[in-house]
Amino acid sequence: MIEIENVSKWYGDFQVLNHCSTAVDKGEVVVVCGPSGSGKSTLIKCVNGLEPFQEGKITVDGVSVGDKSTNLPRLRSQIGMLFQNFELFPHMTALENICLAQTKVLGREDDEAEERGMKLLERVDLVEHAAKHPAQLSGGQQQRVAIARALAMDPIAMLFDEPTSALDPEMINEVLDVMVELANEGMTMIVVTHEMGFARKVADRVVFMDEGRIEEDATKDDFFGTPRGDRAQLFLSKILEH
Amino acid sequence: MFGDFDFQVIFDNLDILWDGMLITFLLTAVAIVGGILFGTVLALMRLSKFTPLSILAGRYVDAFRSTPLILVIFWFYFAMPIIGLEAIGGLGSVLIAFTLFEAAYYCEIIRAGIQSITRAQVDAGLAVGLTKGQTMRFVVLPQAFRNMVPVLLTQAIVLFQDTSLVYVVGLKDFLTAADLIAVRDNRVVELYLAAAVVYFVLCIIASLWVRKLQRQYAI
Repeated sequence: MIEIENVSKWYGDFQVLNHCSTAVDKGEVVVVCGPSGSGKSTLIKCVNGLEPFQEGKITVDGVSVGDKSTNLPRLRSQIGMLFQNFELFPHMTALENICLAQTKVLGREDDEAEERGMKLLERVDLVEHAAKHPAQLSGGQQQRVAIARALAMDPIAMLFDEPTSALDPEMINEVLDVMVELANEGMTMIVVTHEMGFARKVADRVVFMDEGRIEEDATKDDFFGTPRGDRAQLFLSKILEH
Repeated sequence: MFGDFDFQVIFDNLDILWDGMLITFLLTAVAIVGGILFGTVLALMRLSKFTPLSILAGRYVDAFRSTPLILVIFWFYFAMPIIGLEAIGGLGSVLIAFTLFEAAYYCEIIRAGIQSITRAQVDAGLAVGLTKGQTMRFVVLPQAFRNMVPVLLTQAIVLFQDTSLVYVVGLKDFLTAADLIAVRDNRVVELYLAAAVVYFVLCIIASLWVRKLQRQYAI
């Protein structure tokens, strides 16, 4: 469903992505990990066109992301995205956050969007917080609202950019639980994360990146069993140490 | 001259003062609304990736910010008839001058406000499928304006007081009206004191009102 072919990207002279290739099938969950600055976030932002890239090709459901004629807003509306710092709209309530794109992008009526929004809030267990602003919610709650906001668009795939890195430890699980549920329901997901427990539980494949390159692209069992490269081994030993 | 104060002169001339205040209010209101609207357009032009637009807006801001308001008022007053827009009249030319002048300042305030919104918020707007325009309108500008409220208020208060400059083209705003009465009736202290109190009270009320709004819409 998502094909990334030979993608390279530069910031000025600095190459952030170096001939990256991988593919994600429908219903597959791919975890992307690697040291900070390795290009993980940049790569998934290329998938929905938030970051432009100079070389290579990315297609989502047959649509080429880099093509000038591609209707990017339409494509993005079909791809849910979660951010490290949640990025709820702080001037809107939780429910309004979920309804904005439903009404402005999908053209749903207000009551239809609200009904959908309430159902999704129920799903992430936040119904009683519908009228609250993001500042009144904990990090974990904000991230769950953000998941509801993404799901409201009925996405065909979802991108997660370190969705739990900014959370206090006790809130990480409430977000991961929702993500595990999504994975089990067959959502196509690319997840940038250091949560190897999550990767072990639901990932189909693990991609390891370093210095803008995809160094490993293996099934979960192969990756955790015997990562081929030294760098991946070093990385794993560092994050699994404690 | 300062011997015996007679504040009755103020009440005897309330109608003249009120007419002046209406001019002051009209100028302030039009320049704030027009200035913010046009200033927003200018700010978006300045931030545009299309260089000619951004340069054009930049030059506009530079030009107006390096010219004293009183000169701008003069020029528009005398320029309007020259370019065949005599029908606009004194008040019309002043309204245009104030709006265009204020827009330059509002542009810079709004530009800073827009830039205070993080790239990640823009990304979040785009990621749910909003177009760039929709992201600006529904995500960036509402937050930017909330951040800008204190500076916008300061600018509005300065503007409110600056309206007195219209005396140079013979318009009677509140202060000019007070001044005319003061000189005519030789009651300078009484009228200047009253004018100061009125400006002070109105500006304080505006400040308190904005502070209340900010609490109400605190994010």
